[in-house]
Amino acid sequence: MTSNLPLYVLAAPLLAAFVVNLAGRVWRGSVAVLSLGALLFSTISALLVLQQVLAHGTIRYTVGGWRAPWGIELVIDPLSALMLVLIAVVALLATFSALASARQELPGREHLFFTLYLILISGLFGLAVTGDAFNLYVMLEITSITTYCLIAMGKGRAPLASFNYVIMGTIGACFYLLGVGYLYMLTGSLNMADIQSILPGMYGSISVATAFAFLMVGVWIKMAFLPLHGWLPNAYSLAPSSTSVLIAPLMTKISVFLMIRIIFSIFSPDYAFFQHVGVQHLIVWAAALAILIASGLALAQTDLKRMLSYIIVAEVGYMVGGVWLANTAAMTGAILHIVNDALMTLCLFLAASAIVYRLGDSKLASMQGLYRRMPLTMAAFTIGAFSMIGVPPTAGFFSKWYLILGGIEAGPWAWVYVAALLISSLVNAILFFRIIEIAYFQGGGEHGHGAAMPRQEACAWQLSPLLLSAVALLAIGLAAGPLVEHLIIPALPAGF
Amino acid sequence: MESMLGVVVAKYNYWLYVVLMMIGFYAMIGKRNLVKKLLGMNIFQTAIILFFVSMGAKRGGGIPILDKEAALAGAVKVAEVVNPLPHVLMLTAIVVSVSVTGVALAVLQRIYKEYGTLEEDEILDKIGRS
Repeated sequence: MTSNLPLYVLAAPLLAAFVVNLAGRVWRGSVAVLSLGALLFSTISALLVLQQVLAHGTIRYTVGGWRAPWGIELVIDPLSALMLVLIAVVALLATFSALASARQELPGREHLFFTLYLILISGLFGLAVTGDAFNLYVMLEITSITTYCLIAMGKGRAPLASFNYVIMGTIGACFYLLGVGYLYMLTGSLNMADIQSILPGMYGSISVATAFAFLMVGVWIKMAFLPLHGWLPNAYSLAPSSTSVLIAPLMTKISVFLMIRIIFSIFSPDYAFFQHVGVQHLIVWAAALAILIASGLALAQTDLKRMLSYIIVAEVGYMVGGVWLANTAAMTGAILHIVNDALMTLCLFLAASAIVYRLGDSKLASMQGLYRRMPLTMAAFTIGAFSMIGVPPTAGFFSKWYLILGGIEAGPWAWVYVAALLISSLVNAILFFRIIEIAYFQGGGEHGHGAAMPRQEACAWQLSPLLLSAVALLAIGLAAGPLVEHLIIPALPAGF
Repeated sequence: MESMLGVVVAKYNYWLYVVLMMIGFYAMIGKRNLVKKLLGMNIFQTAIILFFVSMGAKRGGGIPILDKEAALAGAVKVAEVVNPLPHVLMLTAIVVSVSVTGVALAVLQRIYKEYGTLEEDEILDKIGRS
């Protein structure tokens, strides 16, 4: 007995997207009602799906009655159910802020913006649940195309950044498609589980290695793994605030999830990690280098959103490294870090969006005296920053803890990764204390500036999701033990 | 040397796709004009479409429209019909490629309105000066 519940999660925003487009023309207020309604519905359905999956095991949903391996199958294992909930919650929180920013940044075009925005979210849901390799490509392109448009809606250099992303994103998607082509030639199937059952006999083949390499490079481009990260900083920092609050927390994280899916659902951990000697070490070292270089580049930035974009690139290095360390502790850390990093990035980008809403830009220099002007926003920002650094009671500490444990467990060759992780945490501390120094100690005090800068919080639409995400970071941090035990450990892919 | 040539001729479709793909790749990375980059992207995608289509082709294969009775009776020889699945997949991929091209053209239009040129060097110059 299968219910249609998993399909509701992704159908709600998809249908709402079209209704928003029509209804938004007639009545402006319907945009907010419809998008929040649809996402609330998705969130509730996603939570129910998670509860069902945890209680009864993996759900396999056959779309349209065409049985796998011929038809398209949705596979919701505990990890994808977790991703569904994560996407739904982050999207719901981001939408409150996006509604306020869009009203300011794109007046009169909100219905168009939210049409794309909702299609993007349903594409993300699709990525999390699909069990078909080609369907995954289609979902990947749905999310990418909508992201290109949403980024290009920004001012000034945003269209140029978007165009670079189009070129890079297409190369990534095409590599993925090529990989699927090779797999289809080898196995005659597109269903992930089917491919996985056919492949083992051919693991020695160089075509399988080629397919694996194409798939990996494809998702690495999409997640901006360091040498392939060129498109990300411009695209994320120049995009309108209403766009970046959604894509910054979710796009790179879902690509890391896809990498896990490819390794564990299409191939097997034995193949990915141990078939080709040395590849595993090389990738972990590349991840360590990615963390170091991206953290270094973040230091050189003078704009808040740009700095955060480079931190995202560094965080991608954390997660790729964690997955490729290939032991339980590191894998737990990587999956926990997907959740935590999505929430931390959400928190910081919501704060950046609130700051842009009030100040008009996100330059570090113009943040002087901000603690006096927007105390609640900056308090939440500080919690997000502490989590990014990895200060103990916050969520970020625990995922880093597991990642470091995994690095130590993996043996002496992985010490580079552990060192990179620690150095990057130090660099993050420098980065955020520099901001805190500017915003707390500079300006305001002298020449009676305090009077010239009255308290002026961001509007409630932006403040409430920001505070909620900050509280969530603390809650996850305090509840890390039970959370790992009941959610993350069951979500670990089979084979561990 | 002869065997090398033999390999090329026997699998010419793969060589064709690799050559086309590299042309597209070069245009995307090497060209400084944004429209040429976009054209390179199209060539790149076309190469992959050709790869998939040639994968389904069979020498002497017929059209994959089957008689229901014959199919149910098992009288259809797989070697006699072309594999339609890669072709259908490419229908989707063509739709994707058209939409990406459409979006990219719209983005290019916005870039042109902003900077009055589509040469990357000139745009970067203008950004540098402002």
